[in-house]
Amino acid sequence: MNAPAHEAVQAVQSADPPMRPPPMLQTGIVGWLRANLFSSWISTAVTLALAYLLVRYAIAFVDWAFINAVWSVPGQDTSACRAVEGSGACWALITEKHRFILFGTYPYDEHWRPALCCVIFVGLYLISANKRFWRRELALIWLVSLGAIGVLLWGGILGLTYVEQERWGGLVITLVLATFGIAFAFPLAIVLALGRRSTSLPAVRALCVVYIELIRGVPLISLLFMASVMFPLFLPEGLNIDKLLRAQVAIILFAAAYLAEVIRGGLQAIPRGQYEAAEALGLSYWKKTGLIVLPQALRLVIPPMVNNFIGLFKDTSLVLIIGIFDLLNAAKTSIIEPAWQGFGVEAYIKVSIIYFVFCYAMSKYSQRLEAELNPGRRR
Amino acid sequence: MSGESPRRPPRQTLSLGHPIVRSIVWQAVILGTIGWCVWWLVANTMHNLEVRRIASGFAFLHREAGLPIGEALIDYSPENSYLRALFVGVLNTLKVAAIGIVLATILGTLIGVARLARNFLLAKLASAYVELLRDLPLLLQLFFWYSLLQGLPGPRQALALGGDVFLSNRGIYFPWVEWTAAHWAATVAALAGILASVALTRRAARIQEATGDRPHVLLPGLVLIVGLPALVFFAAGAPWRPDVPLLRGFNFQGGVRVTPEFAALLVGLVTYTAAFIAENVRAGILAVNWGQWEAAGALGLSRGLQLRLIVLPQALRVIIPPTTSQYLNLTKNSSLAVAIGYPDIVSIANTTLNQTGQAIEGIAIIMAVYLTISLSISLFMNWYNARVALKER
Repeated sequence: MNAPAHEAVQAVQSADPPMRPPPMLQTGIVGWLRANLFSSWISTAVTLALAYLLVRYAIAFVDWAFINAVWSVPGQDTSACRAVEGSGACWALITEKHRFILFGTYPYDEHWRPALCCVIFVGLYLISANKRFWRRELALIWLVSLGAIGVLLWGGILGLTYVEQERWGGLVITLVLATFGIAFAFPLAIVLALGRRSTSLPAVRALCVVYIELIRGVPLISLLFMASVMFPLFLPEGLNIDKLLRAQVAIILFAAAYLAEVIRGGLQAIPRGQYEAAEALGLSYWKKTGLIVLPQALRLVIPPMVNNFIGLFKDTSLVLIIGIFDLLNAAKTSIIEPAWQGFGVEAYIKVSIIYFVFCYAMSKYSQRLEAELNPGRRR
Repeated sequence: MSGESPRRPPRQTLSLGHPIVRSIVWQAVILGTIGWCVWWLVANTMHNLEVRRIASGFAFLHREAGLPIGEALIDYSPENSYLRALFVGVLNTLKVAAIGIVLATILGTLIGVARLARNFLLAKLASAYVELLRDLPLLLQLFFWYSLLQGLPGPRQALALGGDVFLSNRGIYFPWVEWTAAHWAATVAALAGILASVALTRRAARIQEATGDRPHVLLPGLVLIVGLPALVFFAAGAPWRPDVPLLRGFNFQGGVRVTPEFAALLVGLVTYTAAFIAENVRAGILAVNWGQWEAAGALGLSRGLQLRLIVLPQALRVIIPPTTSQYLNLTKNSSLAVAIGYPDIVSIANTTLNQTGQAIEGIAIIMAVYLTISLSISLFMNWYNARVALKER
């Protein structure tokens, strides 16, 4: 822009009258309401209809959950709950059974042990979620924590009484299945993903493809049935593995196939130049993979992996079908006594809150991570 | 491990360091180990079967099943064979999956679009729906719906919904009409009308491309889809005998009954899968560049036409692949029916293997059925995806 033109622009700008405030109807709360709730007659109608439904059902819910609810009953006498059935919640079920739902049939006096395990699990998740701890030492922390959890649950040493596995139950089973599932599926998934991408070992690649596609084509239930009725046939006579471990193996095999596909996506996203540069440095296959390719590939796919973990966490509830006593099964069993029959909704709301807290935290974490790892894609 | 290792000058002798030799050795070792494991497992299994005196093979399929099934699409009684019982299960799985896929697509699309709506309340409610349903296990949701349906009053105090629809703990009852040949003829006529209007729309598009004028298709289309079946129906004498559910004794007679198990499974699957499809739809629409909307607007297209002609065809390319896997998930998740007692293939195969002790065959049947269904859905959706994929010059 040359000098005279610049001056002209300045002259015009300074000749502008002082800025007038925007119309009242377009700013502040009124403006926001007009833009977001009442921008057209359709929008207004939708807002009014939704607000009506929302208020109506919110009032009905508050009535049911708080105003008409029964919070405690004497002993097993649920007549007070029966009296308000349909119009009020029976939270007495939760007051009465909350420790059963959380810890199952674990000996009552020892409930602090599974509780402590849950705390360790949550601590482990928090540490693993923090980028500062993404180092080799993390594997050590995991090993120590999982060992401590095993000691706490089984007992038998350090003055802890022995608790057989059949009596474990509730939240801790869900966390054990999910955490061990992830911990073991992850390395297996890496091997499967590398195998599927292998160019020089066609037989291995074919095996990996068949495995991944086979597992992904069938529902988890069929694998769990396999674990509960077929695994015992596979093993030599006299060797028995308990049901929880068999279900755990099925979950690991299932999760690994899905994780492998996610990791394969990451491997495919690494540019060829990275492989070639590593080869030019004279690195062997394992050094190239472990030092150059995998660290980049895994970093890329952390958000989808977290989504996978959420799915796995929810899927652990399926072990109920083969009779393992996880959180959902504990809730289902808590209403089996005649006195408490028919109050399923209350029990399910309670475990819903627990599942929701875990999954929602993971999903928010994955969203945040995605924004951090791909700053360029943020709008 | 092998071929991708640093390149050395080629050697003439075949030593262990040679990539091809190493590749063969490695594969032989790995396959050998796996083969040995498989052989060991098979040997154990054969031995165990022998010890437990279980005859393997599928001969049991022709024995009398003796298991009652609550709902079947084909004639079935407990005297029929296991094979027929399993077939009933497959049909039940396909029924819930097919209806579920259609409903989940509709609900998911509505919610996905609602999340992008300019209306604040609508958008927030839609995203609350997605967050809530995605983060709870499906099995828990199924139990929730099932216990809600079981909490309904008995048939005598059934809730009446607008006339002849009744909600009770025995199921949901709808009025229906006695289905006669005239109804079938009308259905065929409606299908023919739909096909004809599709052809008409294509012809209109061709004419528009050639001349610039688009002939009207809405009115002739409506006439074809609504008028044609109506004409056929009235020509056939319009037999209209309503079949209304009536309370007789302790239960309803007549009408169409939807069992609580089926209703809970369908509602659970549809609402759960819709949350995932909604996210796919939202991501697909967001993936279309904002400039495409603006360019379409600059051409004078209305917002509806912008969406239909410009944005949706581009968004579909992003939406279809992940939605395919949601369809597969819905089908596989329908196996949770076993937990609430809907007689799907898993449930019936499970009963079969408990009754006959044929564990391996039972699980093989379940897996074969699901693999077939998964593969068919994948193939169909891949074909559809190839059709809408970007056609580059």
